[in-house]
Amino acid sequence: MACQGLQGGETVASLKRESESLRKKLEEERKKLSDIELNQVAEKIEVLGPLSIKTRRVLKGHGNKVLCMDWCKDKRRLVSSSQDGKVIVWDAFTLNKEHGVALPCTWVMACAYAPSGCAVACGGLDNKCSVFPLSLDKNENLSAKKKSVAMHTNYVSGCTFTSSDMQILTSSGDGTCALWDVESGQLLQSFHGHTADVLSLDLAPSETGNTFVSGGCDKKANIWDMRSGQNIQSFESHESDINCVKYYPSGDAFASASDDATCRFYDLRADREVAVYQKDSVIFGASTVDFSLSGRLLFAGYNDYTINVWDVLKGTRASILFGHENRVSRVRVSPDGTALCSASWDNTLRVSWAAYL
Amino acid sequence: MLSVVMSNNNASNNLITAKRAVNQLRLEASIRRIKVSQAAAELRNFCLQNASKDPLLVGVPSSDNPFRPPKSCSLF
Repeated sequence: MACQGLQGGETVASLKRESESLRKKLEEERKKLSDIELNQVAEKIEVLGPLSIKTRRVLKGHGNKVLCMDWCKDKRRLVSSSQDGKVIVWDAFTLNKEHGVALPCTWVMACAYAPSGCAVACGGLDNKCSVFPLSLDKNENLSAKKKSVAMHTNYVSGCTFTSSDMQILTSSGDGTCALWDVESGQLLQSFHGHTADVLSLDLAPSETGNTFVSGGCDKKANIWDMRSGQNIQSFESHESDINCVKYYPSGDAFASASDDATCRFYDLRADREVAVYQKDSVIFGASTVDFSLSGRLLFAGYNDYTINVWDVLKGTRASILFGHENRVSRVRVSPDGTALCSASWDNTLRVSWAAYL
Repeated sequence: MLSVVMSNNNASNNLITAKRAVNQLRLEASIRRIKVSQAAAELRNFCLQNASKDPLLVGVPSSDNPFRPPKSCSLF
């Protein structure tokens, strides 16, 4: 990465002073445009009626904590990964386990379904992200076709395919994110800027272009340009590790979940935090977030085993979902917005949906 | 992949890191921003426009729900 020329006479001290004054200027610029609160804009909207979201499926089969899951585009299959090293592909309607792979490592922290539905990617403590093509032949050994794609110098915390099966984006405990070509395993772009483990990433909805958001242990959420590797925007308002980041469906904003027991909402065009979702009674860290289809609801999984459903606009809690018997590690709304899947350290996944009209 | 090694003894590395930080902040400070009131209004409008199509928000009729309990099959 080329470094812009050092001017004569610049010292570390003078640069640090300039850094400080730029940071202050950034804060001032953001404050100037902060003329109203999001919940004030939402005052005239009707309060949400009682939500009745019920659990209809409990997926049992993992031998240890379920750390991650991802829906297939067909809205019925999903992939999950566990501390026990296993990755399972399920049919959520029938509870059928369609595929299973045992990785040589434990703590498979990340898994993702390919857009085509024909492959899954996963990684974790092995510092790698591997892609497995899903065979129609149930007897075929999936491990034999494993393709090692990503190589980090620390654990892989998150992975996602981009718009096709050809590229994956990964986040890692080594403080970087990276874009890889699946076929060749080549590193296409790396993203440097976080000063500690990166714990989560999310790709912008396709209409909004080539950017993604990442969050990590440095309490920062960063927006990146995928082509140039440039860090375009940075947000630092959480008081502890950011465990999860997720784009708002329009692509103009994103939410984050943190160990500081809050979830926050950041607007990209206003370049600032616009809401904090918190309650005195919510004292455990939030590990995962996802939006409902319209973006009105924010589902957040916590270390106190519950899922809080936040009214994104009004900033209030709309509902709490109980059922898991240990930490909720991941929540994901299905591609058509019909169902919510939650994965937990209680070794199960639960699929829930809104009760009938 | 280059990794910058932070070493107290290596003054030029400190300088490069500090310069990178300044360049990054200059970039971030220079982006165009809109008022929160405008951004918030657009977020609200997006929610309201899509609310009726949000199954977890409004629910779905039983006949459309793929996860409904299977009905028993009757032959007549």
